[in-house]
Amino acid sequence: MWEYTDKLKDHFFNPRNVGEIKEPDGIGEVGSLACGDALRLTFKLDKNGKIQDAKFKTFGCASAIATSSVLTELIKGKTLEEAAKVTNKDIADYLGGLPEQKMHCSVMGREALEAAIENYRTGGKKKHELEGKVICTCFGVTENEIERVIRENDLTTVEEVTNYCKAGGGCGGCRGEIEKIIEKIQGDREKEKQIAVPQKATTLTNIQKIQLIQQTINEQIRPALRAHGGNIELIDVEGNKVIVAFRGMCAQCKLAEFTMKDVVEARLREFVSKDLFVEEDKESAQQPHNHMT
Amino acid sequence: MKTIYFDNNATTKMDEQVLEEMKPLFCELYGNPSSMHTFGGQIGRRISKARAQVAALLGCEPGEIIFTSGGTESDNAAIKGTLAALPNRRKVITTRVEHPAVLAVCRELENHGYMVVELNVDKLGRLDMAELEEQLDENTALVTIMYANNETGVIFPAEEIAALAAEKGVIFHTDAVQAVGKIPLDLKHSNIDMLSLSGHKLHGPKGVGVLFVRKGTRLSPFMLGGHQEAGKRAGTENVPGIVGLGKACELAQKNIKEENERVKKLRDKLEQAILEKCPDCRLNGDKDNRLPNTSNISFEYIEGEAILLMLDQYGICASSGSACTSGSLEPSHVLRAMGVPFTAAHGSIRFSLSRYNTGEEVNFVIYKIPAIINRLRELSPFVVK
Repeated sequence: MWEYTDKLKDHFFNPRNVGEIKEPDGIGEVGSLACGDALRLTFKLDKNGKIQDAKFKTFGCASAIATSSVLTELIKGKTLEEAAKVTNKDIADYLGGLPEQKMHCSVMGREALEAAIENYRTGGKKKHELEGKVICTCFGVTENEIERVIRENDLTTVEEVTNYCKAGGGCGGCRGEIEKIIEKIQGDREKEKQIAVPQKATTLTNIQKIQLIQQTINEQIRPALRAHGGNIELIDVEGNKVIVAFRGMCAQCKLAEFTMKDVVEARLREFVSKDLFVEEDKESAQQPHNHMT
Repeated sequence: MKTIYFDNNATTKMDEQVLEEMKPLFCELYGNPSSMHTFGGQIGRRISKARAQVAALLGCEPGEIIFTSGGTESDNAAIKGTLAALPNRRKVITTRVEHPAVLAVCRELENHGYMVVELNVDKLGRLDMAELEEQLDENTALVTIMYANNETGVIFPAEEIAALAAEKGVIFHTDAVQAVGKIPLDLKHSNIDMLSLSGHKLHGPKGVGVLFVRKGTRLSPFMLGGHQEAGKRAGTENVPGIVGLGKACELAQKNIKEENERVKKLRDKLEQAILEKCPDCRLNGDKDNRLPNTSNISFEYIEGEAILLMLDQYGICASSGSACTSGSLEPSHVLRAMGVPFTAAHGSIRFSLSRYNTGEEVNFVIYKIPAIINRLRELSPFVVK
């Protein structure tokens, strides 16, 4: 059971400002049914340009509903410039803190607010769109968003990033990339390593090379393939030739060749050696497969 | 506030008679059964009695019972012990809907070069038997498939699976943690080679379980040390736990038929009323082939954790397959394997009853649920009035 503060429970059981404003000045919609939480925020301005009223509708857990309720309370009476300064931390602090794994709820609140302000400024035309390169395909989280939660909340581990914006919480295939973004932002800061990214060595013995290939497949490649119903098996290594077999969905997938070059070979070159190339084991492809129906 | 406990697939209330049986073994009969003196040695008879009680419920020989620390240890011991005993076979067949005590072990095996096949299930959570048959080959060391699913209650045809595996000379292990005490078993007339059960799921104590290993099945021990459990599981016996589990099995055997008829009636009443009274909800799992105590219902457009907290206000205990309850970000792997849409998986609630539940409790839950669902839907952006 989650450790929720009394304030959070109060805002869950008695949420403020539930509903939708008719003919709002701004509307912000973020999240989706598939992601497990979603928020629609509407606001109306008074003649002085201050937020006269704000209402929300939220699909999600207790903390998603409570953070939405708090968001509307925080922005009422503020100008849009003032409201834009509300951070996810302000929302969490107002509730006396959130469980770590629920921080993404407060980030969703801040995102909805931004979307609503943007919607107002573009005359109701612009809807919230993803900007920048999508890093986490499971939850549709972009590089910009990941960088932002790292900066605003001083995050140092992949696990924290997942708690704050969900990135990396699905198949886990993007954790290596998130690690790199953290490194880029936090520089040489001392940090605890949550995900062991294989270190590229300058010279490898054959045994070290094979172990590193296996480790890279286990940690960097298999999770992403598994998320799409597939799997991979390391068959053999001959010099720089890595022989693998695809299982499950990947075995029948017309994109298997693409997967091999794009994902498997790229990751192996990145983490083990740039001279590696990958071939599919033809014999094992003849075997019956674990097909999906 | 009275607690209404509808979460019996998570754990159960221990029977008072079980407690009575366990009491003397803490401060009076605290000896070690391995000791040479009478004081310790007499404890061995208590363990033998418990072993016979468990064997009677399962319909097997007492010598085929190994006491463990619980369902998870039994599953680990069965899978790892079988593979260690059969080093030349490198393939394991399981399903996508197993409990983590099996699934996590199998996925770890993949990292050690084993080929693991996870069989699919259909929309009702039923196993694809043709796929199993196709996958069984001479490289297969083990088939490990649960007897009944903990989330949906769907029962797999364990005997048919066992027969198929036996035909191909492959060991079959089943995680029967949810089935024992709810479905009658007769292992003497069965092809099941290994079976896991857990004490606290059948009104026994926590921290004790059993691995049934058919006589003649090759298994490397999982725990090394002393000679306890005929050398198959080292470590000083959890004597009170074992004695309690024995008593719980005796009670389960005595009550299994009438209890499950009564519990099934309560479950059906609860389920029908909810499905009638709440719009946009659906039942998850094969209605006709389920445990008598379990009902898994999805409420569209709202999220499970929020429903649970609202129920909790009235002392009603249930559980959910939503992402938020587990702290992970993805909903139940069981419901996803069944192709339940994300929208419904996030709003799934599992009610699991036991012999301690009453008609009054069912009526109270039926009375409270519609208002809770309506209230959360008023908050949901996906419900258009």
